[in-house]
Amino acid sequence: MNLVLLLFIFVLAGFLGYELIKKVPSQLHTPLMSGSNAISGITIVGAIIAVREDGSTAGIIIGISALVLATINVVGGYLVTDRMLAMFKPKGKNQ
Amino acid sequence: MSAATLDLFYIVASALFVLGIKMLGSAQTARKGNFLSAIGMLLAITVTLFNAGLDLRWIAGGIGIGTLIGVIAAKRVKMTAMPELVAVFNGFGGLASLLVAWSEWGKMSSAGPSFETFVSGAPPAFTLSVISAAALIGGITFTGSIQAWGKLSGLFGGKATLLPGQRFISAGVSGILLISCVTFAAAPLLSLEPDQTALIFYGIVALSLVAGVLLVVPIGGGDMPVVIALLNSLSGLAAAAAGFVILNTVLIVAGCLVGCSGLILTVIMCKAMNRRLANVLFSGFGANTDANGPGVEGEMKAASVEDAYYALEAASSVVIIPGYGMAVAQAQHVVKELAEILENNGTEVRFAIHPVAGRMPGHMNVLLAEADVPYEQLCEMDDINGLMPSVDVAIVIGANDVVNPAATDDPNSPIYGMPIINAHLANTVFALKRGKGAGFSGLVNKLYFLDKTRMLYGDAKSTVGALVSQLKDQ
Repeated sequence: MNLVLLLFIFVLAGFLGYELIKKVPSQLHTPLMSGSNAISGITIVGAIIAVREDGSTAGIIIGISALVLATINVVGGYLVTDRMLAMFKPKGKNQ
Repeated sequence: MSAATLDLFYIVASALFVLGIKMLGSAQTARKGNFLSAIGMLLAITVTLFNAGLDLRWIAGGIGIGTLIGVIAAKRVKMTAMPELVAVFNGFGGLASLLVAWSEWGKMSSAGPSFETFVSGAPPAFTLSVISAAALIGGITFTGSIQAWGKLSGLFGGKATLLPGQRFISAGVSGILLISCVTFAAAPLLSLEPDQTALIFYGIVALSLVAGVLLVVPIGGGDMPVVIALLNSLSGLAAAAAGFVILNTVLIVAGCLVGCSGLILTVIMCKAMNRRLANVLFSGFGANTDANGPGVEGEMKAASVEDAYYALEAASSVVIIPGYGMAVAQAQHVVKELAEILENNGTEVRFAIHPVAGRMPGHMNVLLAEADVPYEQLCEMDDINGLMPSVDVAIVIGANDVVNPAATDDPNSPIYGMPIINAHLANTVFALKRGKGAGFSGLVNKLYFLDKTRMLYGDAKSTVGALVSQLKDQ
């Protein structure tokens, strides 16, 4: 894909991120952070691509290490965010 | 699956991330938002598996192990230990991005000195520069997060430490890193030997790990909300850089979203302390004991639980100001019990929450939510401050700098100008504290020396527990 287009996407995503976050109430800062932390585990996609059949042993080891770490980030991040938000939710209904 | 189809699915995944983050911004939709974003992640992972030539057995193994560890960590962590866990997850994400860049470098370096047989569609110089960026940011995120985790869990001590010559070391390391990254990116132009380029790459990896430690060592526990938010941002940027390495849209979009949101949180946290990011990062705040500011006249007056009981019994409005001490003592449940009893007694109870109370943004809100404190009782700093003069009793539970009136009336104080919760304007203040020592910043808290303030020494949980049983017995 065209490099300039990728940079274009990058810049637009930055502005989008800014607009999305700037109004979040401070009460939700922790779940927001752990939720976005889980999203940064998207590097798992890169880790998957790195584990190739034709790869060298070193390459496979590096790829699998990346994969394990990224998976912990993704799975743990989403679950713990959900656990926190489950505590927030009932009180939202009471209002 | 063709590249175009793959990209279409990635667009859907990106849209789910955007929607998810948006919905995380409101209490009513937050849980659903998190779920949507998880679906997006699952989609991105699933379609990636359709790439040709992947070793699916190893991938299944890796995902299996990671899932197991992630599930156990997420289920077992205590709510009070949330900052530590987020720090560790950040660090893992950063290291994963570093490794993705490393793996890509491995493929590239086996393609010959000028990398002409390396096919990714991007010029080698571009790919090399983003590889070095991903390794650099990922490495800093990893060791920085581990350092933050160690400080938060008390393993490395929570204090800010300035190493001898810290500034020179940090400047030196940053300088060498910058030069290494530029040389690495320019390797094809400089026609370096593959061995030399490889050596530079390993140097970048090693130095970025050192840089992460150097970044967080001078930062004390109370500034951790800023650091955690910043590391969160960096882990996103590392993923975005890795996305440029493998030219993958979903990594770039998701990484940049996280990078930006983390950055905004960082700025919000800095504003809540009236300090600049550079000051938080580089000043070694709290490391120098001679920065105490002028001594305070008077003495701290201890009180018994009984005294507090009589004051609370008679009070018609009470504000509870929690801080990190409440988290350490795991006192949130018993505090909620206290609030409930007081409410039943006809007392109006509110919680005043400072944006940087605790060790991560929103830390106190999570703990009080865990203890089932109703939303309506939680007040933000600006909303409660105007009401403080009409409050009968303010109970400070393990909070220190965020209620230090020196921030408003002593221009010589290092924290002068930081917005605080005006506990000193309440009629009576009870401060729960473990010992007589100064707080994290090493500052003397003027609040404790006021005539209206009484100190309740001891573990917050048992003190509040004793109060609760007194009130129950009435």
